[in-house]
Amino acid sequence: MIPGKFEYFAPTSVSEAIGLLGQYGSEAKILAGGQSLIPAMRFRLAQPEILVDINRIQGLEYVRETDDYLEIGALTRESAIEKSTIVQQRYPMLADTARVIADPLVRNMATIGGNLAHADPANDHPATILAYNARIVAEGPGGERIIPVDDFFIGIFETSLERDEILKEILIPSPPGGSGGAYLKIERKVGDYAVVGVAVQLTMEDGLFKSIRIGLTNVSSTPMRARAAEALLVGQTPEEALFDKAGRVAAAECEPWADLRGSEEYKRDLVRVVTKRAIRKAIERANGVL
Amino acid sequence: MKKTVKLTVNGTTYERDVEPRTLLVHFLRDELGLTGTHIGCDTSQCGACTVSVNGQSLKSCTAFAVQLQGAEVMTIEGLAKEGELHPIQQGFWEMHGLQCGYCTPGMIMQSVQLLDRNPNPTEEEIRRGIEGNLCRCTGYQNIVKSIQWAAQHKNQGQTEIPEASAPKVDPQPIAPVP
Repeated sequence: MIPGKFEYFAPTSVSEAIGLLGQYGSEAKILAGGQSLIPAMRFRLAQPEILVDINRIQGLEYVRETDDYLEIGALTRESAIEKSTIVQQRYPMLADTARVIADPLVRNMATIGGNLAHADPANDHPATILAYNARIVAEGPGGERIIPVDDFFIGIFETSLERDEILKEILIPSPPGGSGGAYLKIERKVGDYAVVGVAVQLTMEDGLFKSIRIGLTNVSSTPMRARAAEALLVGQTPEEALFDKAGRVAAAECEPWADLRGSEEYKRDLVRVVTKRAIRKAIERANGVL
Repeated sequence: MKKTVKLTVNGTTYERDVEPRTLLVHFLRDELGLTGTHIGCDTSQCGACTVSVNGQSLKSCTAFAVQLQGAEVMTIEGLAKEGELHPIQQGFWEMHGLQCGYCTPGMIMQSVQLLDRNPNPTEEEIRRGIEGNLCRCTGYQNIVKSIQWAAQHKNQGQTEIPEASAPKVDPQPIAPVP
Protein backbone atom coordinates (compact mmCIF):
# COMPACT_ATOMS: atom_id res chain seq x y z
CA MET A 1 0.00 0.00 0.00
CA ILE A 2 1.27 3.39 -0.96
CA PRO A 3 0.74 6.48 1.19
CA GLY A 4 -0.97 9.58 -0.14
CA LYS A 5 1.10 12.37 -1.66
CA PHE A 6 2.86 14.84 0.55
CA GLU A 7 5.57 17.45 0.41
CA TYR A 8 8.72 16.61 2.32
CA PHE A 9 11.00 18.85 4.39
CA ALA A 10 14.07 17.79 6.34
CA PRO A 11 15.06 20.74 8.56
CA THR A 12 18.42 20.63 10.33
CA SER A 13 17.52 22.72 13.37
CA VAL A 14 14.65 22.85 15.86
CA SER A 15 13.92 26.48 14.99
CA GLU A 16 13.70 25.66 11.28
CA ALA A 17 11.28 22.84 12.08
CA ILE A 18 9.15 25.12 14.27
CA GLY A 19 9.10 27.65 11.42
CA LEU A 20 7.74 24.99 9.04
CA LEU A 21 5.08 23.93 11.55
CA GLY A 22 4.07 27.57 11.97
CA GLN A 23 3.92 28.09 8.21
CA TYR A 24 1.86 24.99 7.37
CA GLY A 25 -0.23 24.66 10.53
CA SER A 26 -2.54 21.67 10.70
CA GLU A 27 -1.42 20.36 7.27
CA ALA A 28 2.01 19.53 8.66
CA LYS A 29 2.98 16.47 10.63
CA ILE A 30 6.30 15.70 12.27
CA LEU A 31 8.07 12.52 11.12
CA ALA A 32 10.28 11.09 13.88
CA GLY A 33 10.80 7.32 13.92
CA GLY A 34 7.77 6.90 11.69
CA GLN A 35 6.84 3.50 13.09
CA SER A 36 3.29 4.57 13.90
CA LEU A 37 2.91 7.36 11.35
CA ILE A 38 4.10 5.52 8.22
CA PRO A 39 1.82 2.49 8.78
CA ALA A 40 -1.08 4.92 9.36
CA MET A 41 -0.17 6.72 6.12
CA ARG A 42 -0.02 3.45 4.20
CA PHE A 43 -3.56 2.66 5.34
CA ARG A 44 -4.49 6.28 4.49
CA LEU A 45 -5.65 6.70 8.07
CA ALA A 46 -3.29 9.67 8.11
CA GLN A 47 -2.81 11.84 5.03
CA PRO A 48 -0.67 14.80 6.00
CA GLU A 49 0.11 17.19 3.17
CA ILE A 50 3.43 18.20 4.66
CA LEU A 51 5.93 15.96 6.43
CA VAL A 52 8.58 17.62 8.57
CA ASP A 53 11.29 14.98 9.02
CA ILE A 54 13.19 15.87 12.20
CA ASN A 55 15.73 13.05 11.91
CA ARG A 56 18.32 15.43 10.43
CA ILE A 57 18.31 17.62 13.54
CA GLN A 58 21.45 16.94 15.55
CA GLY A 59 21.55 16.75 19.33
CA LEU A 60 18.15 15.27 20.12
CA GLU A 61 19.34 11.70 20.76
CA TYR A 62 20.76 11.19 24.24
CA VAL A 63 20.17 9.60 27.62
CA ARG A 64 22.01 11.29 30.47
CA GLU A 65 21.59 11.72 34.19
CA THR A 66 21.98 15.03 36.01
CA ASP A 67 21.52 15.69 39.75
CA ASP A 68 17.77 16.01 39.44
CA TYR A 69 16.69 14.20 36.31
CA LEU A 70 17.23 11.53 33.75
CA GLU A 71 17.20 13.58 30.57
CA ILE A 72 16.15 11.85 27.37
CA GLY A 73 16.29 13.52 23.98
CA ALA A 74 13.03 13.20 22.09
CA LEU A 75 14.66 11.46 19.11
CA THR A 76 16.30 8.78 21.24
CA ARG A 77 15.53 5.38 19.72
CA GLU A 78 13.85 2.70 21.80
CA SER A 79 16.79 0.37 21.12
CA ALA A 80 19.16 2.93 22.70
CA ILE A 81 16.95 3.24 25.78
CA GLU A 82 16.75 -0.54 26.03
CA LYS A 83 20.55 -0.84 25.95
CA SER A 84 21.36 2.14 28.20
CA THR A 85 23.22 1.09 31.35
CA ILE A 86 21.88 4.06 33.34
CA VAL A 87 18.35 3.10 32.39
CA GLN A 88 18.84 -0.57 33.23
CA GLN A 89 20.42 0.17 36.61
CA ARG A 90 18.57 3.26 37.81
CA TYR A 91 15.29 3.33 35.88
CA PRO A 92 14.29 -0.32 35.51
CA MET A 93 10.64 0.52 34.79
CA LEU A 94 11.79 2.45 31.73
CA ALA A 95 13.93 -0.51 30.64
CA ASP A 96 10.91 -2.80 31.16
CA THR A 97 8.93 -0.53 28.85
CA ALA A 98 11.44 -0.09 26.04
CA ARG A 99 12.04 -3.82 25.71
CA VAL A 100 8.38 -4.72 25.20
CA ILE A 101 7.64 -2.09 22.54
CA ALA A 102 6.90 -3.75 19.20
CA ASP A 103 9.96 -5.75 18.02
CA PRO A 104 13.72 -5.20 17.67
CA LEU A 105 13.45 -3.83 14.12
CA VAL A 106 10.81 -1.29 15.05
CA ARG A 107 12.79 -0.31 18.16
CA ASN A 108 15.79 0.58 15.99
CA MET A 109 13.73 3.38 14.46
CA ALA A 110 10.97 4.23 16.95
CA THR A 111 11.59 7.19 19.26
CA ILE A 112 10.41 7.91 22.79
CA GLY A 113 9.32 11.41 21.76
CA GLY A 114 7.17 10.01 18.97
CA ASN A 115 5.69 7.38 21.25
CA LEU A 116 4.55 10.15 23.63
CA ALA A 117 3.56 12.85 21.12
CA HIS A 118 1.42 10.32 19.23
CA ALA A 119 -0.60 9.98 22.49
CA ASP A 120 -1.98 6.61 21.54
CA PRO A 121 -3.45 5.10 24.73
CA ALA A 122 -2.21 1.73 23.42
CA ASN A 123 1.41 2.94 23.41
CA ASP A 124 3.54 1.83 26.32
CA HIS A 125 5.55 4.91 27.29
CA PRO A 126 2.61 7.10 28.38
CA ALA A 127 1.76 4.87 31.36
CA THR A 128 5.39 4.72 32.43
CA ILE A 129 5.97 8.43 32.04
CA LEU A 130 2.81 9.14 34.05
CA ALA A 131 4.03 6.81 36.80
CA TYR A 132 7.43 8.55 36.82
CA ASN A 133 5.75 11.97 37.11
CA ALA A 134 7.94 13.16 34.25
CA ARG A 135 8.13 16.59 32.68
CA ILE A 136 7.91 17.19 28.97
CA VAL A 137 10.09 19.90 27.45
CA ALA A 138 8.50 21.53 24.40
CA GLU A 139 9.85 24.27 22.19
CA GLY A 140 7.78 26.67 20.13
CA PRO A 141 8.31 30.07 18.51
CA GLY A 142 8.29 31.72 21.96
CA GLY A 143 10.97 29.41 23.37
CA GLU A 144 10.87 26.43 25.70
CA ARG A 145 8.27 25.45 28.24
CA ILE A 146 7.95 22.53 30.61
CA ILE A 147 4.69 20.59 30.69
CA PRO A 148 3.96 18.38 33.73
CA VAL A 149 3.02 14.94 32.42
CA ASP A 150 -0.36 15.09 34.18
CA ASP A 151 -1.25 17.96 31.83
CA PHE A 152 0.23 16.40 28.70
CA PHE A 153 -2.30 13.81 27.51
CA ILE A 154 -5.63 15.51 26.93
CA GLY A 155 -7.50 13.13 24.62
CA ILE A 156 -7.17 10.24 22.24
CA PHE A 157 -4.15 11.00 20.03
CA GLU A 158 -4.18 14.47 21.56
CA THR A 159 -1.60 16.26 23.69
CA SER A 160 -1.25 19.76 25.06
CA LEU A 161 1.50 20.52 22.49
CA GLU A 162 0.62 23.47 20.29
CA ARG A 163 0.63 23.03 16.51
CA ASP A 164 3.94 24.84 16.19
CA GLU A 165 5.61 23.19 19.17
CA ILE A 166 8.07 20.31 19.16
CA LEU A 167 8.58 17.83 21.95
CA LYS A 168 12.31 18.12 22.66
CA GLU A 169 13.11 16.32 25.86
CA ILE A 170 11.68 14.11 28.58
CA LEU A 171 12.76 14.74 32.17
CA ILE A 172 12.32 11.88 34.63
CA PRO A 173 12.89 12.91 38.25
CA SER A 174 15.74 10.95 39.87
CA PRO A 175 14.11 8.48 42.22
CA PRO A 176 14.96 9.03 45.90
CA GLY A 177 16.32 6.15 48.04
CA GLY A 178 13.77 3.43 48.73
CA SER A 179 12.19 3.76 45.28
CA GLY A 180 11.29 1.05 42.82
CA GLY A 181 9.21 0.67 39.71
CA ALA A 182 8.00 -1.93 37.25
CA TYR A 183 6.07 -2.05 34.00
CA LEU A 184 4.19 -5.23 33.18
CA LYS A 185 2.49 -5.75 29.85
CA ILE A 186 0.13 -8.50 28.75
CA GLU A 187 0.24 -8.95 24.99
CA ARG A 188 -1.34 -11.60 22.80
CA LYS A 189 1.84 -11.97 20.78
CA VAL A 190 5.14 -10.20 20.28
CA GLY A 191 4.78 -6.84 18.62
CA ASP A 192 1.13 -6.38 19.48
CA TYR A 193 -0.28 -3.54 21.50
CA ALA A 194 -0.96 -4.30 25.14
CA VAL A 195 -4.16 -5.99 26.13
CA VAL A 196 -3.36 -4.28 29.41
CA GLY A 197 -0.20 -2.68 30.78
CA VAL A 198 0.47 -1.42 34.29
CA ALA A 199 3.31 0.88 35.37
CA VAL A 200 3.99 1.32 39.08
CA GLN A 201 6.58 3.67 40.58
CA LEU A 202 6.75 3.92 44.36
CA THR A 203 8.89 5.12 47.23
CA MET A 204 8.96 3.35 50.59
CA GLU A 205 9.84 5.06 53.89
CA ASP A 206 9.90 3.46 57.34
CA GLY A 207 8.13 0.42 55.95
CA LEU A 208 5.20 2.43 54.53
CA PHE A 209 4.24 3.60 51.06
CA LYS A 210 5.50 7.18 51.01
CA SER A 211 4.35 7.78 47.46
CA ILE A 212 3.05 5.70 44.58
CA ARG A 213 1.93 6.46 41.03
CA ILE A 214 0.23 3.93 38.77
CA GLY A 215 -0.13 4.36 35.01
CA LEU A 216 -2.36 2.15 32.85
CA THR A 217 -1.97 1.21 29.16
CA ASN A 218 -4.81 0.69 26.69
CA VAL A 219 -7.73 0.70 29.11
CA SER A 220 -8.96 4.26 28.51
CA SER A 221 -9.19 6.63 25.57
CA THR A 222 -6.54 8.89 27.15
CA PRO A 223 -3.49 7.48 28.96
CA MET A 224 -4.51 7.44 32.61
CA ARG A 225 -3.37 7.08 36.20
CA ALA A 226 -5.14 4.76 38.62
CA ARG A 227 -5.56 7.60 41.11
CA ALA A 228 -8.04 5.89 43.43
CA ALA A 229 -5.72 2.90 43.77
CA GLU A 230 -2.79 5.22 44.46
CA ALA A 231 -4.76 7.06 47.16
CA LEU A 232 -5.64 3.77 48.81
CA LEU A 233 -1.98 2.81 49.16
CA VAL A 234 -0.22 5.99 50.28
CA GLY A 235 0.76 5.94 53.95
CA GLN A 236 -0.16 2.26 54.32
CA THR A 237 1.85 -0.81 55.20
CA PRO A 238 2.47 -3.02 52.18
CA GLU A 239 0.56 -6.26 52.56
CA GLU A 240 -1.12 -8.71 50.26
CA ALA A 241 -4.72 -7.84 51.23
CA LEU A 242 -4.03 -4.21 50.41
CA PHE A 243 -2.50 -5.03 47.02
CA ASP A 244 -5.59 -7.06 46.28
CA LYS A 245 -7.82 -4.14 47.16
CA ALA A 246 -5.71 -1.76 45.07
CA GLY A 247 -6.04 -4.11 42.10
CA ARG A 248 -9.83 -4.14 42.48
CA VAL A 249 -9.98 -0.36 42.73
CA ALA A 250 -7.79 0.08 39.64
CA ALA A 251 -9.97 -2.42 37.75
CA ALA A 252 -13.05 -0.38 38.67
CA GLU A 253 -11.63 3.03 37.74
CA CYS A 254 -10.22 2.17 34.29
CA GLU A 255 -12.43 2.42 31.21
CA PRO A 256 -11.63 -0.45 28.83
CA TRP A 257 -13.74 -1.42 25.85
CA ALA A 258 -14.38 -4.77 24.19
CA ASP A 259 -12.33 -5.45 21.06
CA LEU A 260 -10.31 -8.23 19.45
CA ARG A 261 -8.04 -8.28 22.50
CA GLY A 262 -10.84 -9.19 24.87
CA SER A 263 -14.06 -8.22 26.58
CA GLU A 264 -14.36 -5.34 28.98
CA GLU A 265 -14.67 -7.76 31.90
CA TYR A 266 -11.56 -9.65 30.87
CA LYS A 267 -9.52 -6.48 30.60
CA ARG A 268 -10.70 -5.20 33.99
CA ASP A 269 -9.75 -8.50 35.54
CA LEU A 270 -6.31 -8.29 33.94
CA VAL A 271 -5.89 -4.79 35.37
CA ARG A 272 -6.75 -6.20 38.79
CA VAL A 273 -4.19 -8.99 38.56
CA VAL A 274 -1.41 -7.10 36.79
CA THR A 275 -1.67 -4.11 39.15
CA LYS A 276 -1.02 -6.44 42.09
CA ARG A 277 1.93 -8.04 40.32
CA ALA A 278 3.42 -4.69 39.36
CA ILE A 279 3.13 -3.38 42.92
CA ARG A 280 4.87 -6.50 44.25
CA LYS A 281 7.65 -6.21 41.70
CA ALA A 282 8.13 -2.48 42.34
CA ILE A 283 8.46 -3.19 46.07
CA GLU A 284 11.02 -5.89 45.38
CA ARG A 285 13.02 -3.41 43.36
CA ALA A 286 12.69 -0.75 46.06
CA ASN A 287 14.24 -3.36 48.33
CA GLY A 288 17.16 -3.74 45.98
CA VAL A 289 16.11 -6.77 43.94
CA LEU A 290 16.51 -6.01 40.22
CA MET B 1 7.09 17.11 -6.45
CA LYS B 2 9.95 14.67 -6.84
CA LYS B 3 13.03 14.79 -4.66
CA THR B 4 16.51 13.67 -5.53
CA VAL B 5 17.84 10.98 -3.26
CA LYS B 6 21.40 9.74 -3.32
CA LEU B 7 22.33 6.68 -1.32
CA THR B 8 24.63 3.70 -1.42
CA VAL B 9 23.21 0.21 -1.76
CA ASN B 10 25.52 -2.79 -1.49
CA GLY B 11 28.50 -0.57 -2.22
CA THR B 12 27.08 1.13 -5.32
CA THR B 13 25.94 4.74 -5.13
CA TYR B 14 22.64 5.53 -6.79
CA GLU B 15 20.95 8.86 -7.46
CA ARG B 16 17.26 8.88 -8.36
CA ASP B 17 14.39 11.35 -8.47
CA VAL B 18 11.55 9.89 -6.44
CA GLU B 19 8.24 10.95 -4.98
CA PRO B 20 8.67 11.54 -1.24
CA ARG B 21 6.01 8.89 -0.59
CA THR B 22 8.18 6.17 -2.15
CA LEU B 23 8.87 3.61 0.54
CA LEU B 24 12.40 2.28 0.77
CA VAL B 25 11.23 -1.22 -0.16
CA HIS B 26 9.61 0.07 -3.36
CA PHE B 27 12.73 2.09 -4.13
CA LEU B 28 14.91 -1.01 -3.81
CA ARG B 29 12.62 -3.27 -5.79
CA ASP B 30 11.15 -0.97 -8.43
CA GLU B 31 13.88 1.64 -8.94
CA LEU B 32 16.95 -0.51 -8.43
CA GLY B 33 15.55 -3.91 -9.39
CA LEU B 34 16.78 -5.49 -6.15
CA THR B 35 13.89 -7.86 -5.63
CA GLY B 36 15.59 -9.98 -2.97
CA THR B 37 13.96 -7.71 -0.40
CA HIS B 38 10.41 -9.03 -0.10
CA ILE B 39 7.12 -7.37 0.68
CA GLY B 40 5.25 -9.66 3.03
CA CYS B 41 2.51 -8.11 5.12
CA ASP B 42 2.67 -4.45 4.16
CA THR B 43 1.69 -3.65 7.73
CA SER B 44 5.10 -3.35 9.43
CA GLN B 45 4.75 -6.69 11.16
CA CYS B 46 6.40 -9.50 9.26
CA GLY B 47 9.98 -8.32 8.66
CA ALA B 48 10.28 -9.87 5.17
CA CYS B 49 11.48 -6.46 3.96
CA THR B 50 14.29 -6.18 6.53
CA VAL B 51 17.43 -4.43 5.27
CA SER B 52 20.42 -2.90 7.00
CA VAL B 53 20.79 0.90 7.01
CA ASN B 54 24.04 2.29 8.40
CA GLY B 55 24.54 -1.00 10.23
CA GLN B 56 21.07 -1.09 11.81
CA SER B 57 18.31 -3.35 10.59
CA LEU B 58 14.95 -1.85 9.81
CA LYS B 59 11.72 -2.67 8.03
CA SER B 60 12.10 -1.06 4.62
CA CYS B 61 8.31 -0.81 4.27
CA THR B 62 8.36 1.60 7.20
CA ALA B 63 10.79 4.24 5.96
CA PHE B 64 10.66 6.63 3.03
CA ALA B 65 13.53 6.51 0.56
CA VAL B 66 14.01 10.30 0.90
CA GLN B 67 14.81 9.82 4.58
CA LEU B 68 17.90 7.84 3.62
CA GLN B 69 19.79 10.61 1.86
CA GLY B 70 23.48 9.64 2.14
CA ALA B 71 22.80 6.33 3.89
CA GLU B 72 24.62 3.03 3.41
CA VAL B 73 22.09 0.31 2.71
CA MET B 74 22.78 -3.40 2.58
CA THR B 75 20.28 -5.85 1.17
CA ILE B 76 20.38 -9.62 0.87
CA GLU B 77 22.04 -9.21 -2.55
CA GLY B 78 25.05 -7.57 -0.88
CA LEU B 79 25.86 -10.34 1.59
CA ALA B 80 27.69 -12.96 -0.48
CA LYS B 81 31.22 -11.95 -1.43
CA GLU B 82 32.86 -13.21 -4.61
CA GLY B 83 30.41 -16.01 -4.97
CA GLU B 84 30.92 -17.19 -1.41
CA LEU B 85 27.92 -17.25 0.87
CA HIS B 86 27.96 -15.20 4.06
CA PRO B 87 28.20 -17.52 7.12
CA ILE B 88 24.55 -16.82 7.93
CA GLN B 89 23.44 -17.73 4.42
CA GLN B 90 25.55 -20.86 4.69
CA GLY B 91 23.97 -21.61 8.06
CA PHE B 92 20.49 -21.47 6.53
CA TRP B 93 21.73 -23.83 3.82
CA GLU B 94 23.38 -26.26 6.23
CA MET B 95 20.59 -26.40 8.81
CA HIS B 96 17.64 -26.25 6.42
CA GLY B 97 16.57 -22.87 7.82
CA LEU B 98 13.90 -22.30 5.20
CA GLN B 99 11.05 -23.95 3.45
CA CYS B 100 9.20 -21.59 1.13
CA GLY B 101 11.94 -18.98 1.48
CA TYR B 102 9.70 -15.94 1.56
CA CYS B 103 10.84 -14.68 4.96
CA THR B 104 14.44 -15.75 4.43
CA PRO B 105 16.04 -12.54 3.10
CA GLY B 106 14.61 -10.55 6.01
CA MET B 107 15.39 -13.30 8.50
CA ILE B 108 19.01 -13.40 7.31
CA MET B 109 19.44 -9.62 7.34
CA GLN B 110 18.14 -9.45 10.92
CA SER B 111 20.44 -12.32 11.88
CA VAL B 112 23.40 -10.34 10.53
CA GLN B 113 22.64 -7.53 12.97
CA LEU B 114 21.96 -9.99 15.76
CA LEU B 115 25.41 -11.61 15.42
CA ASP B 116 27.11 -8.24 14.90
CA ARG B 117 25.78 -7.07 18.25
CA ASN B 118 26.08 -10.37 20.05
CA PRO B 119 28.51 -12.87 18.49
CA ASN B 120 27.62 -15.64 20.96
CA PRO B 121 23.89 -15.43 21.55
CA THR B 122 22.01 -17.93 23.66
CA GLU B 123 19.00 -19.65 22.12
CA GLU B 124 16.75 -17.26 24.03
CA GLU B 125 18.66 -14.25 22.75
CA ILE B 126 18.34 -15.55 19.20
CA ARG B 127 14.60 -16.04 19.59
CA ARG B 128 14.25 -12.56 21.06
CA GLY B 129 16.44 -11.09 18.33
CA ILE B 130 14.23 -12.37 15.53
CA GLU B 131 10.95 -11.45 17.20
CA GLY B 132 10.22 -8.95 14.46
CA ASN B 133 10.52 -11.51 11.66
CA LEU B 134 7.71 -13.94 11.00
CA CYS B 135 8.10 -17.35 9.38
CA ARG B 136 4.98 -19.39 8.64
CA CYS B 137 6.71 -22.62 7.57
CA THR B 138 9.49 -23.73 9.86
CA GLY B 139 8.25 -23.16 13.38
CA TYR B 140 11.56 -21.32 13.83
CA GLN B 141 13.41 -24.42 15.05
CA ASN B 142 15.72 -24.68 12.08
CA ILE B 143 16.09 -20.92 11.78
CA VAL B 144 17.44 -20.85 15.33
CA LYS B 145 19.77 -23.74 14.48
CA SER B 146 20.93 -21.91 11.34
CA ILE B 147 21.86 -18.83 13.34
CA GLN B 148 23.61 -20.98 15.92
CA TRP B 149 25.54 -22.67 13.12
CA ALA B 150 26.54 -19.27 11.73
CA ALA B 151 27.61 -17.98 15.14
CA GLN B 152 29.80 -21.00 15.65
CA HIS B 153 31.45 -20.82 12.23
CA LYS B 154 31.71 -17.05 12.06
CA ASN B 155 33.58 -16.99 15.36
CA GLN B 156 36.08 -19.50 14.10
CA GLY B 157 36.85 -17.08 11.29
CA GLN B 158 36.12 -19.88 8.94
CA THR B 159 35.53 -18.77 5.39
CA GLU B 160 35.56 -22.15 3.71
CA ILE B 161 32.70 -24.36 4.66
CA PRO B 162 33.87 -27.96 4.82
CA GLU B 163 31.84 -30.49 2.88
CA ALA B 164 31.64 -32.70 5.97
CA SER B 165 29.40 -30.28 7.81
CA ALA B 166 26.58 -30.83 5.37
CA PRO B 167 23.11 -31.03 6.94
CA LYS B 168 22.67 -33.64 9.60
CA VAL B 169 19.34 -34.98 10.66
CA ASP B 170 18.71 -34.06 14.25
CA PRO B 171 17.50 -37.24 15.98
CA GLN B 172 16.28 -35.23 18.99
CA PRO B 173 12.56 -34.63 19.25
CA ILE B 174 11.78 -30.97 18.77
CA ALA B 175 11.64 -29.17 22.10
CA PRO B 176 8.51 -27.16 22.82
CA VAL B 177 8.84 -23.43 22.21
CA PRO B 178 9.31 -21.74 25.55
